[in-house]
Amino acid sequence: MTEDEFAAYQSLAEETEDHRWAFGTGFTDPLEGIDPSVPDGVDAAALAAYCLMLGDDALVYSHRLQQWMTRLPELEEETALANIALDLLGQARMLLARAGQAEGAAAGGTGRGEDELAFFRDEHEFRNVRLAEHADADFAELTGRLLVFSAWRLALCSHLASSADPVLAAIAAKSTRELAYHRDYAAQWVIRLGDGTPLSHGKMAAALGVIWPLIDELFQEDQVSAQLPGVAVDPAELRGEVGDVLDRVLAAATLERPDVAPLARVAGQAGRDGVHTEAFGYLLAELQSLARAHPDATW
Amino acid sequence: MVTRAQPDLAAARAAAAAVPDPELPMVTVADLGILRDVETGDDGRLVVTITPTYSGCPALREIAHDLRRRLGAAGFAEVTVRTALAPAWTSDWITAEGRRKLLAAGVAPPHPAARNAGPVPLTLTTTRRSAVPCPQCGSDSTTQTAAFSGTACKALYRCQGCGEPFEYVKEI
Repeated sequence: MTEDEFAAYQSLAEETEDHRWAFGTGFTDPLEGIDPSVPDGVDAAALAAYCLMLGDDALVYSHRLQQWMTRLPELEEETALANIALDLLGQARMLLARAGQAEGAAAGGTGRGEDELAFFRDEHEFRNVRLAEHADADFAELTGRLLVFSAWRLALCSHLASSADPVLAAIAAKSTRELAYHRDYAAQWVIRLGDGTPLSHGKMAAALGVIWPLIDELFQEDQVSAQLPGVAVDPAELRGEVGDVLDRVLAAATLERPDVAPLARVAGQAGRDGVHTEAFGYLLAELQSLARAHPDATW
Repeated sequence: MVTRAQPDLAAARAAAAAVPDPELPMVTVADLGILRDVETGDDGRLVVTITPTYSGCPALREIAHDLRRRLGAAGFAEVTVRTALAPAWTSDWITAEGRRKLLAAGVAPPHPAARNAGPVPLTLTTTRRSAVPCPQCGSDSTTQTAAFSGTACKALYRCQGCGEPFEYVKEI
């Protein structure tokens, strides 16, 4: 390293009065300085619920990826998936913060902060799709699930970029560029494994069989979206677009859509209604335990 | 007549523009296009607008902190730091000076970002972009070894000419 390059790094070592955090994000607002108002004619309570759904998808998916750290086959995949998890965490933070703003607008006061939403809600209050909480058994499930999730979320965010809520539209537009990298990363692995050795092909096909039952829920109507014309996207609208992307990847990977039934709903309810799989409770316990044991901890 | 001291905007801009990026300290927030605006608000306070590169970029908070500290040292005690999300940051905003500094530090600057209307095109091969010249030896014979690197904004490459690995700031 030359002397000039070294000098550049020295700026990082300058003394600051910085406060470090024990957990969470109470030190900063991801929407700092952004107009918190909800546009006229938009149902603020429904907007809060909608942002919570999309924020929970990203938060829970990000946590599942974080659990893979130090367990991946190569260092390159560690950095890739850590960065993808970080992108999703950033999206989650902005969406939860927006949910809190809209909640406040609906109540004529102050809504919950992103930390409160992430760490102090119980299982049935989370509104993520069940695909987000699935624990991948191996790398094939990881890449297959990431392909489905990122292809769906990319399509969703592309449509949301013209949402009547300007904050949601801005978050979505920003997210699309990140999700395009996530989707391509996952697609390339699915192709590499599917069109690889007989062993890798078999594992990828088996993984799709596990993931596929979780897809139907992504396109099911939910009560919140229907209350937000012009703001939210009708989930059913995305089915064709996402299916087309998945089919193109599967064709290149010499794989076929598994012939499996969708995961059953429970008394007609699923993730968007707060009804989750057993695995979700364990995930949430890990995600929330420190914050609940030491509320407001800083150092 | 009452006169109120107005912040010296030129001095404030210079101080804000000098803030280094915590992840890429060889370039400043102005070089990267993260610093969007330095202006005086209605109440006379200095308002600095920044935009995140990636949604999860942890550097943004450090940047806001550093901005307040440097502007404080330059005599601007009251500073409001605003975040702008739209339009979303693009690597096209990295200035010519920023690109020169990146290259000098051994980091390949980004190609222009493609913008299509309609669905984002699917890339099924790892050769999504034209050749990235090696910042060490200039060879065009380079290959991507990983789509992500130490930060989300970079990819890892290796040069077949000189054998050195290097980072490439991705177009976005």
